Amino acid sequence: MNMPRATVSKILPFSCVDGPGNRLVLFLQGCNFACVTCHNPHTMALCTHCGDCVPACPTGALTLRDGRVVFDPATCTDCDDCLRACPINANPMVREMSLQEVLAVLRENLAFLDGLTVSGGEATTQLKFLVALFSAIRSAPDLAHLSCLVDSNGHLGPNGWARLLPGADGVMLDIKALDPETHRRLTGQDNARVLASARLLQAAGKLEEIRYLVIPGVTDTEPEIAALGAFLDELGAAPRLRLNAFQAHGVRPPAAGWPTATRAEIDSVASRLSQLGVTHIETPTVYL
Amino acid sequence: MSLDLDTIRKIVTDPTLNPSQKARFLSLEAENALPYPETDPEAAQALAEGVLCDLVEGHAPYKPRYVLPDFSVLLANGSDYLELEPPKTLDEAINCLMIAWHHTPSVTAMPVFIGHLDRLLLPFCEGVTHDDLVNKIRLLWRYIDRVLPDAFLHTNIGPEDNRVARAILQVDAELKQIAPNLTLLYDPESTGETLLRMATDNIAACSKPHIANHPLHAAAFDARGYGIVSCYNALPAAGGAGTLVRLNLHEVARRSEGVEDFLQRALPHYMELQFRLIEARMGWLFERSGFFENFIVEEGWIDRDRFTAMFGIYGMAEAVNMLRGKNGLPGQYGFDAEANALGYRISEQMAAKVEATPVKHAWRGRALLHSQAGISSDLEATPGVRIPYGSEPDPVTHVKALAPHHRFYPSGISEILTLDETVKANPQALFTLAKGALASGFREFTANVAGNDLVRVTGYMIRLSDVEKYRNKEGSRINTTGLGAEAAELTGILERKPRVIGHEYAQGYGQ
Ligand code: SF4
Ligand code: SF4
Repeated sequence: MNMPRATVSKILPFSCVDGPGNRLVLFLQGCNFACVTCHNPHTMALCTHCGDCVPACPTGALTLRDGRVVFDPATCTDCDDCLRACPINANPMVREMSLQEVLAVLRENLAFLDGLTVSGGEATTQLKFLVALFSAIRSAPDLAHLSCLVDSNGHLGPNGWARLLPGADGVMLDIKALDPETHRRLTGQDNARVLASARLLQAAGKLEEIRYLVIPGVTDTEPEIAALGAFLDELGAAPRLRLNAFQAHGVRPPAAGWPTATRAEIDSVASRLSQLGVTHIETPTVYL
Repeated sequence: MSLDLDTIRKIVTDPTLNPSQKARFLSLEAENALPYPETDPEAAQALAEGVLCDLVEGHAPYKPRYVLPDFSVLLANGSDYLELEPPKTLDEAINCLMIAWHHTPSVTAMPVFIGHLDRLLLPFCEGVTHDDLVNKIRLLWRYIDRVLPDAFLHTNIGPEDNRVARAILQVDAELKQIAPNLTLLYDPESTGETLLRMATDNIAACSKPHIANHPLHAAAFDARGYGIVSCYNALPAAGGAGTLVRLNLHEVARRSEGVEDFLQRALPHYMELQFRLIEARMGWLFERSGFFENFIVEEGWIDRDRFTAMFGIYGMAEAVNMLRGKNGLPGQYGFDAEANALGYRISEQMAAKVEATPVKHAWRGRALLHSQAGISSDLEATPGVRIPYGSEPDPVTHVKALAPHHRFYPSGISEILTLDETVKANPQALFTLAKGALASGFREFTANVAGNDLVRVTGYMIRLSDVEKYRNKEGSRINTTGLGAEAAELTGILERKPRVIGHEYAQGYGQ
């Protein structure tokens, strides 16, 4: 049988920012957007085994064997020095995992978990694996209580959602911008599919939350906020809106030169949105 | 071994100490002008070299290190010595306890244990409204924090869910004081998820309480029970601990050639010396100090036979890393499965020896192994079996790496999990983490939530704002702030890395 495998860049057994309760987060490698504001650019590109990161590793977790970089998770201390050393923003720690291996990781951490969140990169680029994973979780008596959430940029089309949604409890959808031109500038892609995904997910009752990154001067302009308010209004019974504050640290140029969103700016966006009738707004707990 | 007049003068004139703090430091100088309890030269040398440490208990132990009176005896019988009738109302009961605490000795000159407060007060609560109860506890909390301002002072609640325990959690989260330190005894059978959830929500607000795994502790003690005091020491109720001597495993590792030499020769040798020092201190306390002629013994608050000796250890992380280095093996303690396994092996071997070695005067004739939480002057030795500050893995991996140690440490083992304040927006995550840790065999669950002013240092609480004041030489009302400030400067304790953060904000994943 041709079982799908996952290309995994990282597994976190503790996250309290990827949905309700403690969630195991499965970060999958590869993305179909190229966001200038990405804080995890190392999930985008694939490793060419150039070996540049090997000497950067302080614990010897990376070695070059027969022209390939080999990663030893047992020795790795998660310092991420190798990510900073990679010239093309790839990741030497990526590993291929079978469905059974991913299920085993869930079982090892089961006592600590409320659910699973798949993230990325863009998780839905590995759709086949996700469909198999969710259905395996649903049909395993010891795992069935875990909620399954998807972190997505919304580029997936209706056929894809039709396959994914039966197993998923909800989707946390990023909307980067309402103006198509701004969206293209920020992500390299048009936003029509993102907005269509939002409507589709809302109709299916699976839109867990919308995430909106506030970039001062870019996504907090009057027309953007008005368009966001109008779009949420159009969705009706609008889901939770989570405002995230852009912060330049760790981002590549040109966005690295953009100003960080302050608490005051986030609060101003939140209050303008509530004047437009948006009710369920979450603002960050921490500002950097 | 004579009085150093310069030091005395410095204490007397120190503008950052209040008069009673000065009196305490002066009494320590006087006690330590006496010769150390007689022990053999080898043990004395290990103590002098810092392989053994007596935690500055003093040269003439005239009181046990930790005293856990059974205050229910007082509430039932009153006290002849203190001329107290048995209380009949809640006010009288609280008043009796406040008086009793004043007469409870310990190593810090303030009580380390003020009782299982919910159990003590519950019988007096009939007809008392919730609001009245909360108001009385609020005043009691104010009294404790202002009159007995010591972060080592501990009260316990649970395991049964009850209205006093709930009122205490409500007041504790509201006031966010250092004292009293608070432990919820948790039993999945009788505590219930509602009370546990209240406790974990409190942790998000003020990094308190600490949650003890009641079924594990109950099994290690007897019908008279136990209490959790000070830095998460589990000790016999109506007794306590005569002494706590600790062994620096890093120093023992330094004095061994490798893993086998450590396990076969060095560790048994230094443990032997530690037993001799424990015997010397217990001997002085029980045979010469006159402590047990105290009225709290005669009136049955404590029982001479219920004092254990705590066999403390610390610096496990450095010991394991050093020993593996000496054997040319890679892998870091806390991250590498083999390095962790060596740690478990060391714990297991120590537990077996402590269980097999008689100790005179100690409860059941044995010491109890303890993973010691550290003190402010510790350098290059991480508390107990913890993973070093600033390099801990995520909290779930952290718990899983340390859980197998827990069964070896009946008199307590403390871990502090540091969580980023994003957890405040998702308290369910903290609840699930606590439940998972306890289900995995953790004897106690303790978390610091970043962004809280109230923070656990090695095992006690400090206020970050107090540390700041102390650094600026304003002096602090709270006795433990000095220790905390020293710990912060010497050991990088405030560098404990918050482990959880919104990925949108992170530079790389998991940072
Ligand atoms: S991760 Fe980057 S630096 Fe390392 S081998 Fe791959 S391409 Fe080269
Ligand atoms: S994160 Fe990268 S550099 Fe750091 S220890 Fe792991 S493999 Fe090595």
